[in-house]
Amino acid sequence: MSERIIDPATKGWAASWYEASARARIDGLLDTGSFREVIGPEQRRMSPHLPLFDLPRAFDDGMIVGSGRLDGQPVLVAAQEGRFMGGAFGEVHGAKLVGLLRAALALKPAAVLILFDTGGVRLQEANAGETAIAEVMRAITQLRAAGVPVIGLIGGRAGAYGGGGLIAATCSRLVVSEGGRISVSGPEVIETNKGAEEFDSRDRALVWRTMGGKHRRLTGGADAYADDTVAAFRQAALDLIGRAPAFDLATLEAEQARLEQRLTRFGDCRDATEIWARLGVNDPEAVPALTTADFDALLARLGETTHDAR
Amino acid sequence: MSGWRRERAARDARIEAGRAHAAGKVVAAANVVDLLEAILQPGDRVCLEGDNQKQADCLARGLSQCDPARVHDLHMVQSGIVLPEHLDIFEQGIAKRLDYSYSGPQGSRIARMLYGGQIELGAVHTYLELFARYFVDLTPNVALIAGVSADRDGNLYTGPNTEDTPTVVEATAFKNGVVVAQVNEIVERVPRVDIPGDRIDFVVEADRPFYVEPLFTRDPAAMTETQILMAMMAIKGIYAEYGIRRLNHGIGFGTAAIELLLPTYADRLGLKGQIATHWALNPHPTLIPAIESGWVKQVHCFGSEVGMDRYIRERSDIFFTGADGSLRSNRAFCQTAGLYACDLFIGSTLQIDLAGHSSTVTQNRVAGFGGAPNMGSDPHGRRHPSDTWMKAGREAQVTGDPALMRGRKLVVQIVETFGEGLVPAFVERLDALELAKKIGLELAPVMVYADDVTHIVTEEGIANLLLCRTADEREQAIRGVAGYTEIGRGRDRAMVERLRQRGIVRRPEDLGIEPLDADRSLLAARSIKDLVHWSGGLYEPPAKFRNW
Amino acid sequence: MEKLSFRHTTQNALAGAKAQAITGVVASGNLEVLLERALPATECTVEIETPIRGYGEVWAAVVADFVARAQPGGLRITINDGGARPDTVSLRLLQGARLMEV
Repeated sequence: MSERIIDPATKGWAASWYEASARARIDGLLDTGSFREVIGPEQRRMSPHLPLFDLPRAFDDGMIVGSGRLDGQPVLVAAQEGRFMGGAFGEVHGAKLVGLLRAALALKPAAVLILFDTGGVRLQEANAGETAIAEVMRAITQLRAAGVPVIGLIGGRAGAYGGGGLIAATCSRLVVSEGGRISVSGPEVIETNKGAEEFDSRDRALVWRTMGGKHRRLTGGADAYADDTVAAFRQAALDLIGRAPAFDLATLEAEQARLEQRLTRFGDCRDATEIWARLGVNDPEAVPALTTADFDALLARLGETTHDAR
Repeated sequence: MSGWRRERAARDARIEAGRAHAAGKVVAAANVVDLLEAILQPGDRVCLEGDNQKQADCLARGLSQCDPARVHDLHMVQSGIVLPEHLDIFEQGIAKRLDYSYSGPQGSRIARMLYGGQIELGAVHTYLELFARYFVDLTPNVALIAGVSADRDGNLYTGPNTEDTPTVVEATAFKNGVVVAQVNEIVERVPRVDIPGDRIDFVVEADRPFYVEPLFTRDPAAMTETQILMAMMAIKGIYAEYGIRRLNHGIGFGTAAIELLLPTYADRLGLKGQIATHWALNPHPTLIPAIESGWVKQVHCFGSEVGMDRYIRERSDIFFTGADGSLRSNRAFCQTAGLYACDLFIGSTLQIDLAGHSSTVTQNRVAGFGGAPNMGSDPHGRRHPSDTWMKAGREAQVTGDPALMRGRKLVVQIVETFGEGLVPAFVERLDALELAKKIGLELAPVMVYADDVTHIVTEEGIANLLLCRTADEREQAIRGVAGYTEIGRGRDRAMVERLRQRGIVRRPEDLGIEPLDADRSLLAARSIKDLVHWSGGLYEPPAKFRNW
Repeated sequence: MEKLSFRHTTQNALAGAKAQAITGVVASGNLEVLLERALPATECTVEIETPIRGYGEVWAAVVADFVARAQPGGLRITINDGGARPDTVSLRLLQGARLMEV
């Protein structure tokens, strides 16, 4: 019998990252009781745009920011609520993240943790959202240059799409779970532009093997693969803080070389399974069903998937 | 020609005409239209196998391409109206009259065509009822069926989705009808013989495998706290109370939640082995954790479910399987089992009125009944006792000689007070009555009649209708669990409180259930992936249910 | 958006000392409830913003039942609704009150 996620006789469930709300993720990720929220819901800093569209607002605009401790180390943290407007970036939502990153430049925490869960930019406030994406990317590079690692954690329903995918690519390190997805264009966008023959967005197995956590980890697009539990994400974040790469010319040139090499090596592949075969995976078809333990063993055997290229 | 063998002679002539397009019994997919035009005659009664799950889709496409000048005015007698072609043939004039049971995906279109008079409707049946009529007054002249494989003699392997096939073939082949089977492949030797070759006249090698819809897969990820609360109440307030071992579940999320709470919540209540041991049920993926935890002794199936084949093969102690190892389902037998050998049916519905009548028919959808009215009715022909059945009988009995008391089947409706889009589940008057008037149906399409319903479970509580002694009590018991719907807000609060004292209305707190404990952490599986893990990797969910 | 506002008097103040709590998420069929201990001990207000119009009576009934059951004296409750059903609203309100009682 394979692994059992629940043992009804003895213990309940480990808290699922995928299912947890943004607030529950923060609570489970940080040291107990250490989180201090900035601009909390009681301040009612809500979107000024959504009422124009007769859409409901959220007290925190779907972005929760603040400070806390991770295994005793001071960190700043931002979490997107993927169920509110698909976690999309609006004006307040984006500004809160930009503000947090700028504060980090002054506070110099041990790390900034970004808990992605986003479909991209909110259509109803697209200009503000797009601007925020650019400002966030700029702030992250400044922060990394100042020696503060920025760790992205991706395992929510909405994944990290659109501008969220771009921001993820600027982070020092990324943790992803099986359910997590990273990409710029979403499945529906690709299908709309290129047709269902090119990419059938309703074929969920195809979506996940193209954009999902296992594929991103196998090709080096993410640096750690975590079980879908809050505890596993916490452990992975802790591990990665100590392994953040320097943000210098050498790192960037190595990344560029890696990306060029990747294109040469896999550019003609029609499906992720072909890429995995070329990576040396013996049974590519079996990868989606692998348990975390078996997948970790596979990663260890391949040995080439840890580098700084996204 | 003998005056007593005219049907047989006509059948032989049809087969003779069909042979021109066949090599022996085997017909190429490209010749389907020619074959059908040769064997069909205007006005024929035809069963175009459209089951709850499996579809004879290659033959359906063929029939819809026939020339309406040659093939017309057919009388379709089939349980499922599922594919577009099933209705296209009415628009084309190929078919004229319809008797059926279930039309889930085509529910809206069939309603429009009924309003428009494009279909001459016989009746909307239950499965068992339509099957019965195959042997009395709706015997098919031609049956167009589907299987996984056949040999050249016509010996047919239906695969795990046997479903309606044996019943349809029995009625057709033994009453001078012609049987055409589409198969995914023609083989030297079939894995097992589900239908002997002498009942199959033609075998069509289909251009692609027959279509099967995964109808019974409920993703645990979509299960809500409200559904979990209702499931907790059903387990504690009904399953435990009546000691229900033999049962059938509907396909809603409420009943799927019950399945997922057996190894967790029900286990904590010490109910293992006491409840939910013997089932008439399709192989629901959400039952896997209960099976793996040793709750389930036996399951007989109407049909199969996409992705469950390997799991079933490896669990033959639980399921009915053939010598080849694969599932043998049979809708007619399983419906009979659900009717006579189960002590409880629990299912959902779209509308319940103040008396307890319920229907899934709304003004613009005629979904049909399928098996629910069979499962959800008290069989007056039952003659074997069980503790559950007798207890329910005692609760219902008010007058007469106790020595002549008979039991009652428990028929439970489990509904959330508001459905999709804040549509109330409780109404003054069923839409089904309006629809019947509009299209001139003699019999309103009621799914479960009030006198069959014994309990209604909502997130607000359980109403035990067996214990109601007057129509007024019954109405207030229903209003008493109807939540914030207009029906619920219209309750007589004092009377509902009195019904509560008598245990006719029971709230979560009356059952010792704290609504805030209704949490997703109680589910034995919270995702399809968890179900795969529980199955030891044997359950292979279809792509639309995966996120890996 | 429709704005609704209810004011109730309670027998007593809600137990506990927690100053504020938030529960739920603004999503389809869901809602968020912000609870603040900001009023005199036997007063409670509930303000609601909802995109679904015409359910004022149902909201009034749900809120009245909640107040009778939880006695949330002293609380200012604010709701952003995403089109939740009444039973979900009721559940979230009770969850919120429980969080405040800590």
